[in-house]
Amino acid sequence: MLTLEKIVIRQGTFVLRADFSVPAGARVAVIGPSGAGKSTLLDVISGFFAPESGRVLWNGQDLAPLAPGGRPISVLFQDNNLFPHMTVAQNVGLGLRPDLRLSAAEQVKVQQSLDRVGLGGLAARKPAALSGGQRSRVALARVLLRARPLLLLDEPFGALGPALKAEMLALVCELAQETGATVLMVTHDPQEAVMVAGQTILVAEGMAHPPRDTKALFADPPAALRAYLG
Amino acid sequence: MARRAQPIGASVWVGAAVAALILSLTLGTLGAVFLRAERFSALGPADWAAVRFTLMQATLSAFLSVALAVPVARALARRRFPGRGLLITLLGAPFILPVIVVVLGILAVFGRNGLLNSALGVVGIGPLSVYGLQGVLIAHVFFNLPLATRLILQGWLSIPAERFRLAASLGFAARDVTRWLERPMLRAVVPGAFMVIFVICMTSFAVALTLGGGPKATTVELAIYQAFRFEFDLSRAALLALVQFGLSAIAAALTLWVAVPSVSGAGLDRIVARWDARHRGLRLLDGAWIALAALFLILPLAMIVADGLRALFTLPPSVFAAAGRSVAVALGSAVLTLALALPLSLAAVRLGRGIAGGMMEGVGALAIAASPLVIGTGLFILLFPIADPVALALPVTAVVNAVMSLPFATRALVPALRDAEESYGKLARSLGMRGFTHLRLVLLPRLRRPIGFSAGLAAALSMGDLGVIALFADPSQATLPLQLYRLMAAYRMEQAAGAALLLLILSLGLFWLFDRGGRVDADA
Repeated sequence: MLTLEKIVIRQGTFVLRADFSVPAGARVAVIGPSGAGKSTLLDVISGFFAPESGRVLWNGQDLAPLAPGGRPISVLFQDNNLFPHMTVAQNVGLGLRPDLRLSAAEQVKVQQSLDRVGLGGLAARKPAALSGGQRSRVALARVLLRARPLLLLDEPFGALGPALKAEMLALVCELAQETGATVLMVTHDPQEAVMVAGQTILVAEGMAHPPRDTKALFADPPAALRAYLG
Repeated sequence: MARRAQPIGASVWVGAAVAALILSLTLGTLGAVFLRAERFSALGPADWAAVRFTLMQATLSAFLSVALAVPVARALARRRFPGRGLLITLLGAPFILPVIVVVLGILAVFGRNGLLNSALGVVGIGPLSVYGLQGVLIAHVFFNLPLATRLILQGWLSIPAERFRLAASLGFAARDVTRWLERPMLRAVVPGAFMVIFVICMTSFAVALTLGGGPKATTVELAIYQAFRFEFDLSRAALLALVQFGLSAIAAALTLWVAVPSVSGAGLDRIVARWDARHRGLRLLDGAWIALAALFLILPLAMIVADGLRALFTLPPSVFAAAGRSVAVALGSAVLTLALALPLSLAAVRLGRGIAGGMMEGVGALAIAASPLVIGTGLFILLFPIADPVALALPVTAVVNAVMSLPFATRALVPALRDAEESYGKLARSLGMRGFTHLRLVLLPRLRRPIGFSAGLAAALSMGDLGVIALFADPSQATLPLQLYRLMAAYRMEQAAGAALLLLILSLGLFWLFDRGGRVDADA
């Protein structure tokens, strides 16, 4: 279970508060107007930005002492999810060992995860030689290998067309199902939230609200969400 | 400002150690010089003459370079012609050319038996001497006209194309465009270009050594060398070193005061569309400026190639031995430059854009105003009690040249590092890549281009260096530039031309190899 305990985030004059829990295995959308602090919230959970006060806990353990790479978390950023100077296999291999000194058994695992996302034959390519959808699959293959219990998505498929995006989100759901991972997914799109996530966190007006049932939320939106949906 | 969610890493400490090392090499050696100068006699008349000449030639060199660069840059900005890209690339070349090679080329054109005097002899005008102020100015303009042209051309291309379009729609003549668009730009760019060249010429040594000299044309740097080498008057050398440092410090402070433009090199291939400059007379004028500038830059080098080719295969073994030593110094200096520049740049980027990061970058830039002769004198004084400085001539040359290359290396590395950190820093941290792993797998591959460029620059600069080595070396330790200088001094001009061509090939070759190495197979 992910717990944000009386979190206060301050960046200059910007303030965001959060105080709620997300049950393990849940798939949660994070929705709200741009600039409301969705990405900042994810940054705090993943350890890139320290909150002014409050604690981030995973299954009761305080994550504050852990560096981003040491947290039980995988992140997919908006862009730059792959190193362009590394091959597909190397990029995926980083999920097992950040120094890339992989044993033969580990290399087999890399190949298996590439097979799982449908990129079996492309291990030796570099990202520049892949399509946008394929690059997303490489990043997901790495998420699979890292096997962290919490997956944060900061709109990594924003640059893809609607069909491809839906395909990637379906793949994320499948992988989360297989590994039992908890997923937090930033999105602008209510439909996406309904499609993927059972619950939704609304970030607006300086507050990250506790997760609510997505369908119920959109059926009876609070004022802040109504203003966003228009 | 984002709050730091990570502790300050080891990279900052290593960077601080490197900064301390550089400070002790630049300011520390000055301290050694200061302590060694037991008695401070007042500056003698010869010393004052050196100070005056240093200031005068630097002022004139900067003025001439900038004044000539304005029409050349204007012509390049508004004309399209075959070879334009090549010419602009060529404008970047003098920076890595060995000074002594250029001097020999200038002698081949402007010297006693050079092209100019041969032509003048035909019409019966007596031979003009290239030695003295005029020679120093010609050489300095050769090196700095291209730099000034690039800086000013950048200024021209920074004027938005829409302004020229607006000017055309309002029916501006060339004169009006000059008044309303070009002069304001020049007012912003020219002072900076002037100061950069002024500072560069302040520490001129090899040019003054070869084309100047005598009581009328001695720079302070040359006077340090003479006091040190011929009179072995350490007190006087120390005093002059302090004078040189004071002059450089004042000049450097002045460059902080005026905004100094930086050559980005990117985007110079653009051409400004002009509707006011279609006049036939203006086209001829621009053509003439471009042709003259190209001739002035290409002719001396062409003479080196023409004269040197014949002698290249009959060079004595001593020249090749010297070439071997020079290559070793150049490679050592390239490695050392990276060993200093990488931690310094890393620390500057980690510390952010605040005061601490700025100080790290400042240390890297310090060597722009530092004088290699002062550093050399200080190192000699420091090394003398514990080791034979002459035996250490080559390592000292490599070290001093590495320090002198540092400003250019940090300037190339810091923006690239910042870029790598901004684009891939989060990804690396989210995957738990830290310390050496992060350096090996992320930073070094991302920095291949600036690393190759920096190493190439350092190698080329120290390959052609005729500064510290002249202070320390005995004949058995000569590098190729020093050997070439000796051949010139002995009037063995044919062999000198061969050695000059060899030096030219090696300098450009080393730069090309490193720079190319950084580009091959580098992914965007």
